[in-house]
Amino acid sequence: MSNDNLQHTVATNDRLEVTDSPRLKVEKNKTIGETLKKNLFDGWKNTFLTIVTALFSIFVIYQVINFVLSNSWDVVYVHLRLLMIGQYPLEEIWRIWFALYYASFMIGATWGLWEGAGKAVGLTFGSVFLAFAVIPWTTLNTSLNLAACIVLITAGYLIGHKVKKIKLAVLILWALYIPLTLGLIMGFGGLIDPVLSRNWGGWLLTVILASVSIVGCFPLGILLALGRRSSLPVVKYFCIGYIELVRGMPLIMVLFIGQLLIPLFLGGSTGIDNVTRAMIAYTFFAAAYLAEDVRGGLQSIPTGQFEAAQALGLNKIKTTFFIILPQALKAVIPAMVGLFITILKDTSLVAIIGLADFLGTARRISNNPDYLGRYLELYIFVAAFYFIFCYLMAYVSRYLERSLARGNS
Amino acid sequence: MEKTIQTEKKEKHLEDQIDIIKVEKLNKWFGDLHVIKDVDLTVKQGEVIVVLGPSGSGKSTFIRTLNALEELQSGTIEIDGIELTDDLKNVEEIRKETGMVFQQFNLFPHMTILKNVYLAPIWVRKWKKAKAEEIALGLLERVGIPEQANKFPGQLSGGQQQRVAIARALAMQPKIMLFDEPTSALDPEMVNEVLDVMRNLAESGMTMIVVTHEMGFARQVADRLVLFDKGEVIEMAGPEEFFDNPKHERTKLFLSQIL
Repeated sequence: MSNDNLQHTVATNDRLEVTDSPRLKVEKNKTIGETLKKNLFDGWKNTFLTIVTALFSIFVIYQVINFVLSNSWDVVYVHLRLLMIGQYPLEEIWRIWFALYYASFMIGATWGLWEGAGKAVGLTFGSVFLAFAVIPWTTLNTSLNLAACIVLITAGYLIGHKVKKIKLAVLILWALYIPLTLGLIMGFGGLIDPVLSRNWGGWLLTVILASVSIVGCFPLGILLALGRRSSLPVVKYFCIGYIELVRGMPLIMVLFIGQLLIPLFLGGSTGIDNVTRAMIAYTFFAAAYLAEDVRGGLQSIPTGQFEAAQALGLNKIKTTFFIILPQALKAVIPAMVGLFITILKDTSLVAIIGLADFLGTARRISNNPDYLGRYLELYIFVAAFYFIFCYLMAYVSRYLERSLARGNS
Repeated sequence: MEKTIQTEKKEKHLEDQIDIIKVEKLNKWFGDLHVIKDVDLTVKQGEVIVVLGPSGSGKSTFIRTLNALEELQSGTIEIDGIELTDDLKNVEEIRKETGMVFQQFNLFPHMTILKNVYLAPIWVRKWKKAKAEEIALGLLERVGIPEQANKFPGQLSGGQQQRVAIARALAMQPKIMLFDEPTSALDPEMVNEVLDVMRNLAESGMTMIVVTHEMGFARQVADRLVLFDKGEVIEMAGPEEFFDNPKHERTKLFLSQIL
């Protein structure tokens, strides 16, 4: 009783206390049993539903565990290297490890510097590395390398967390990441022996195709979107023609055209391999779609923004880059990331032009007479891998949206 | 009494100022619609002109042609000795000298208040960032909201946003300020905070052309009032004459409707 009185006095003094503290009190006083009863067994309908759902869940979980345990996953782990890096020569594998070290450190540093979405990326990569490092059939060498990656993520995090001055350096290193690692994996002319792209495969090929296409289509798509709104008729109609033409063709056809036409345009098939042709095809295909996404964003910017920028004396280029594009791109983040996820998954179509990407490799393995009929394990593994990285992209995009929305509150 | 003294002082002061804006025989059409008809206007440096008129009378279009947000079809506009032509260089020069404040504020929502203010000085005037930031902070102080510098426009009230918009225009150190119905989109209780800033600006000797419906402000601050109707200048006079002894029937009608 005295306690109640006390609470009442507090409540009259401070409005916050009225709404917050009594509610918290009620939650605390409840035992687990009471909470369960209220939420799950409140009346006979609720009780019935709870029991049915519980039985069904137990059944599903039992089946899943049964499946995981009773099936032999050797088809996956025997071919793990093939699935991950294809036919990449074993003696040159250090190049891929270097690319992973580089990425690990950068992810760690980004996490440390900016927190936010870097945390999710760092934790996801760390978890995947850890999972592969501890499963019993990984070779000691691989486990050690993966452990080194985890150490590098941690080191990057600690350095980024302590030394905030390296922001610019980290951004520059990120910008150099794809050219440097791709150059290393391909081999620079003369300096390092080339590794022919026909030896690339598996997840490595998928990631290279997807990341080069995504990074390449981004500036191209923005230029096309801006070009489509240009007042110069030549530029405008070229962009419209390009976008509509590409959007009117199936992706597989663009891939075929890439294989056939690019060597024709660039004079003979010398120097341009299948993988590069596929990259170019994907880049140009995705750019048309990205251009339309960005155009949607550009159209959502009110004319007042252009007028205000012009009235301040900013010319067209400055207005576009400082005022219009940042707002337009922010508005279309969900659509753009949707496109990027689609690109990552659509790279599996290169199997049709004879390249062995992640899914294609899995399919080839399932045709191996020693493992006939073992496709389910393989495809589940492949699906899980795709899902982890697509979901990660979606998560990062949602985080970006939220953190960029702070100005609109 | 005090007001009269001030007006006299100002007028005396204005006589030996140069003509900073010269508009002759300005005409503009939107398609077949003749929105500005043979408008002439000469503005002295330091003069405050208030433009009145019913909606659709062409007053907004008129001040928007002064900094080339609208294209003119015939006539000449000369601002600070630069004639407005369709040469882009020319247009940019004129825009550097004329600040503009819009009805809808038009702040850049993705930038902080401070960055809104110092962006143009850095990229158009080519000032060093430190200098531009210092001046921007000084201007935010002047319009009374230095504590909001690191917030985003969406977090400010309408009146505060409009004051930021004034600071943003002033940051370019223009010789002329154009106001296009600066208080029309504001809640009534926020109108005065913006008008106060404008009043201070007028007292500091800024050349201003203000399109507004705020009659109290017009009477108190304007050196000359201009009434627009159907694209024409109907009446142009000092505040006493305009309000107390208007020459034209149209002006009388307008004043009777609005006062």
